Amino acid sequence: MTDQRSQAEIVRHSLKRRYRTERRFRLYGILAIFIALASLFILFADIISKGHTGFIKTTITLNVTLDSEMMYLDDPTDEIQWSNADFKAPIIAALQAQVPEAASASEKRELRRFLGTFADSETRNLLTKHPEFLNTTQTIEFPTHDRVSVYVKHADNPRYSIKLSEQQQRWVDELLVQGVIDTGFNDVLFNRGDSREPANAGVLGAIVGSLLTMLVTLAISFPVGIAAAVYLEEFAPQNKLTDFIEVNINNLAAVPSIIFGLLGLAVFINLFGMPRSVPVVGGLVLALMTLPTIIISSRAAIKSVPPSIREAAEGIGASKMQVVLHHVVPLAMPGMLTGSIIGMAQALGETAPLLLIGMVAFIVDVPDGLFSSATVLPVQIYLWASSSEQGFVELASAAIMVLLTFMIIMNALAIWLRKRLERRW
Amino acid sequence: MNTMSSSISAAAYTRSKGAATPVPDGQRKDTVMENKPEDTVIEEGKTVGQPFTADPKFKLRNVDVSYGADRAIKNISLDIGRNEVIAFIGPSGCGKSTFLRCLNRMNDSIDICRVKGSLELDDQNIYESKRDVVELRARVGMVFQKPNPFPKSIYDNVAYGPRIHGLANRKSELDDIVENSLRKAGLWSEAKDRLDAMATSMSGGQQQRLCIARAVAVSPEVILMDEPCSALDPIATARVEELIAEMSESYTIVIVTHSMQQAARVSNRTAYFHMGHLVEVNKTDTVFTSPQHPLTESYITGRFG
Repeated sequence: MTDQRSQAEIVRHSLKRRYRTERRFRLYGILAIFIALASLFILFADIISKGHTGFIKTTITLNVTLDSEMMYLDDPTDEIQWSNADFKAPIIAALQAQVPEAASASEKRELRRFLGTFADSETRNLLTKHPEFLNTTQTIEFPTHDRVSVYVKHADNPRYSIKLSEQQQRWVDELLVQGVIDTGFNDVLFNRGDSREPANAGVLGAIVGSLLTMLVTLAISFPVGIAAAVYLEEFAPQNKLTDFIEVNINNLAAVPSIIFGLLGLAVFINLFGMPRSVPVVGGLVLALMTLPTIIISSRAAIKSVPPSIREAAEGIGASKMQVVLHHVVPLAMPGMLTGSIIGMAQALGETAPLLLIGMVAFIVDVPDGLFSSATVLPVQIYLWASSSEQGFVELASAAIMVLLTFMIIMNALAIWLRKRLERRW
Repeated sequence: MNTMSSSISAAAYTRSKGAATPVPDGQRKDTVMENKPEDTVIEEGKTVGQPFTADPKFKLRNVDVSYGADRAIKNISLDIGRNEVIAFIGPSGCGKSTFLRCLNRMNDSIDICRVKGSLELDDQNIYESKRDVVELRARVGMVFQKPNPFPKSIYDNVAYGPRIHGLANRKSELDDIVENSLRKAGLWSEAKDRLDAMATSMSGGQQQRLCIARAVAVSPEVILMDEPCSALDPIATARVEELIAEMSESYTIVIVTHSMQQAARVSNRTAYFHMGHLVEVNKTDTVFTSPQHPLTESYITGRFG
């Protein structure tokens, strides 16, 4: 009897200790999650607070009289005239009409600086599309100069330095009240390539470059990775060579990505003579980098297919190939896809190897094929973040948001595919 | 062909497994320490009863199976008759499942598994190197311990075998095969209205009968069953046993079972395995009423197992 009671006491005593340990462990877990969430929150808050203004553009809307005399352009079809025409003159005239106060030559020069460097391209584009607008008055929206934009968006932000004179600031304030200078959604960001002028710079070129690069990466790494995984898992004989290959694939997954960039430079560009800065080479390099990830996750997915399914198919007389194609691969597909998409998301965010193969160049045009010069989103962010113009800082943050959105979409796609294809057995 | 005819005691083999270097087979004959039935000396290759029949479906001679250094089957010779139900019984790890899986070469996928001896199906060696294992498995179907339907529809499960072997040329032929197979497996009335339902949504007993229907669908000559009822409840078990009795008219059935009652109920002949040896083979009645070997007697009277 005494024995029993003491045993119960011992258990009760140890119970207290066990529960304490459990509580402590849970606390650590909650703490860890809290730290992770807090860092994530701080990161997002910082990026969004800095970058949301990147989605706002500052415009100046003017009633421009497209006077043929002022532009030295009588006949828009005459190529020589067209190339010598002054498309900026009517804009300046319209702007001066808005601010009659600027009378002296120096004041006029100051006023002219409100316009973005590429304001004349707006009139040129308009006339290209509608030659009949010559000698009419049109309401046209122009991007303002970066300095005006910074003043309008960040006048009370101490991190930005305002580079407008007091007089210029007064004029901008007046024009803002009149509604001539206005802010709106920055559609330029999504339909232009890079530019020297923040107001004209967009991520479209980088997005298209990223997509083309990812296309090449996917087209190479997905079939090759899955074929390698299926072969290693299902057909390869268990011997030293297979073990050696396995160890090396695992090692490759840990190789720093810049090494792959060097490899791409040495092999694809120097040895095979492929052009620099093109999505094909970028895609090839990223495919090499993604392959180990895809192979490892695909092998894990194949391993997780229950052996009973394999036996069932073999027992009916399915050949090895039929077992693999009809049963193992379809059942492993969700895992393979998840691994591949995670690998692709990794590749989408990769910068270092692309710097080495020249995808870091300043490229204005939106790439129109696998062999045209391009850059990718993360490299574009790198370029803008290291740029001296103030307007590019917020653009870099905005581009980060665009990149993160793509990442989230890809991860959501991975989850959706897994849920969709997953089968219970 | 294994021609080794020396004998080894079961106890000596057990002990030698723990030793650093395996004792070479034969050459040694330990004295029996105690007079337990487990320690009874089994002479390798000596089977009590009637292992041979006239005009057998399977003619198995001096079969030896080893996993690496472990010998799992020791020099077994046995005939399996046409359209008979033969039950393999014996304690866990005695090699009955291993032996069963040799009959349609399911052990091929295990790299370290080596099969020696002569295994003939209708007088043709099934382990010949040029023998196609796919064709063999089409003739010798298998039902496994745990119901393992494919995660597909009921229809696709049954139709899979005929499809890969090209047994049906038209959709209607395939429909007929599926219906007949489900009927033979006694599943038609339950499944006919839900042929498109996932097979995994059925109960365990239904799934096992579906697996039987799937095996039957390729019209094999032999069906191997590896403890087909061990994962089923008594009612589902009874249903499967009924099925075995019905099917014994047209198929040769080899069933491995842990339940002696089941062996007694469904089989014509019973083979008792012990530590890789085939100890006794006889008519089921004889095995259960008057076993000839002391080990068989100990096992069926429940002294070990």
